[in-house]
Amino acid sequence: MKNKSLVSIDDYSKDEYIKILDLAAKFEQNPVQDILKGKVIATLFFEPSTRTRLSFESAINRLGGKVIGFSDSSSSSVTKGETIYDTIKIVSNYCDLIVMRHPLEGSARYASEITNVPIINAGDGANQHPTQTLLDMYSIRKTQDKLEDLNLFMVGDLKYGRTVHSLLMAMSKFNTTFNFISPDELKMPDGYKLYLDKIGLKYYEHKDFTDIISRADIIYMTRVQKERFSDPIEYERCKNAYILKNYMLENTKPTMKILHPLPRVNEINVDVDINPKAYYFTQALNGVFVRQAIISSILGLI
Amino acid sequence: MKDKILEVSAIKDGTVIDHVPADSLFKVISILGLDKIDKKTTFGTNLESHRLGKKAIIKLSDIQFKKDEINKISLVAPQAKLNIIKDYQVVEKKVVEIPDDVIGIVKCVNPQCITNNERITTKFKVISKSEVKLKCHYCEKITDREHMEII
Ligand SMILES: [Zn+2]
Repeated sequence: MKNKSLVSIDDYSKDEYIKILDLAAKFEQNPVQDILKGKVIATLFFEPSTRTRLSFESAINRLGGKVIGFSDSSSSSVTKGETIYDTIKIVSNYCDLIVMRHPLEGSARYASEITNVPIINAGDGANQHPTQTLLDMYSIRKTQDKLEDLNLFMVGDLKYGRTVHSLLMAMSKFNTTFNFISPDELKMPDGYKLYLDKIGLKYYEHKDFTDIISRADIIYMTRVQKERFSDPIEYERCKNAYILKNYMLENTKPTMKILHPLPRVNEINVDVDINPKAYYFTQALNGVFVRQAIISSILGLI
Repeated sequence: MKDKILEVSAIKDGTVIDHVPADSLFKVISILGLDKIDKKTTFGTNLESHRLGKKAIIKLSDIQFKKDEINKISLVAPQAKLNIIKDYQVVEKKVVEIPDDVIGIVKCVNPQCITNNERITTKFKVISKSEVKLKCHYCEKITDREHMEII
């Protein structure tokens, strides 16, 4: 993994996922170290994402590294029309690693091909956000003590949600059974279902929550956004069907955990927050350890 | 039959590209750069074809194509047939094959793709040859034949 960019979740093998998760577990034990001492890491956020940026910067700062960069393109030369090519070429002179987020899809792959400095993709439009996927996997393994043979429920916008697509691709290497709960307009795209058919994994599609959620090991919630619907009446009709409420969790497994990439709007009722099965805030903390693991391994420091 | 012989044997040496769908003629011209060559060239279009409805035919004097080069037209003319002509005779017939990778030629269908916003040569992996599905190397979205636009 040394010097290798992380642009897409498919850039890592199953063994590499495990290696990152094992390393992250070590950082969780010992999150403050100075192994990044003397290293400069650029965080280039061409579009703002405060949570992701703070998570990366916290990871770097706790390991003694220095951060340079910008938090949105209005405060940088990008607004003056500078190309990604020029920005990446110039910033490459100043740092050992670049973390970048950009609204255009494929921007991080492109960046990784024009510089020798490794790139970590912190989100390229609707395409990839691999560190989110790895922190989701870390949270799954930590709460279930394994990644193999789990029953994973994905709920909400399964059509446009990049986090569910990447998580599906990664978890498909661990004999996962998938349950998809979504409105018709936001169903899991056929390409992913064909892929699961091809590799022989089971999946089931549902229009709403029923007693089937008693089978879940993990419920992965996503936002159902109004603008995704071609028909606003359809949105009004089904928006409440995808809200998770505390009483619905009564018959779920004691070990079941609820994940969400955050920020949530209203798809998880606040009365769920006090339920021990709610894991989404801890999930965000895990992001720091996972990012520490990814950065350190790319820089060849561990 | 007599007409057909006349059509394909009208050049002494060179290449005849037959069975091009009529609406792909100008795409083939642009992919192969035929608008920039200085050899004797004849285009015929809206000719009757049992297989394609309306087909086009291109006759090029003193021109031969390398395999990689001619395979580029497979995206818009998958049934194209090449007749290599020597001394007014067809000496060899060739078909086109869809390549594994497509570099340039095709525009990515995704308006949010980096290749549609900065000056970058497009690059695709061909994930289905029978249906012609191209996966963008950058944004990872699929461009299919129906949405394919030639640059
Ligand atoms: Zn693309």
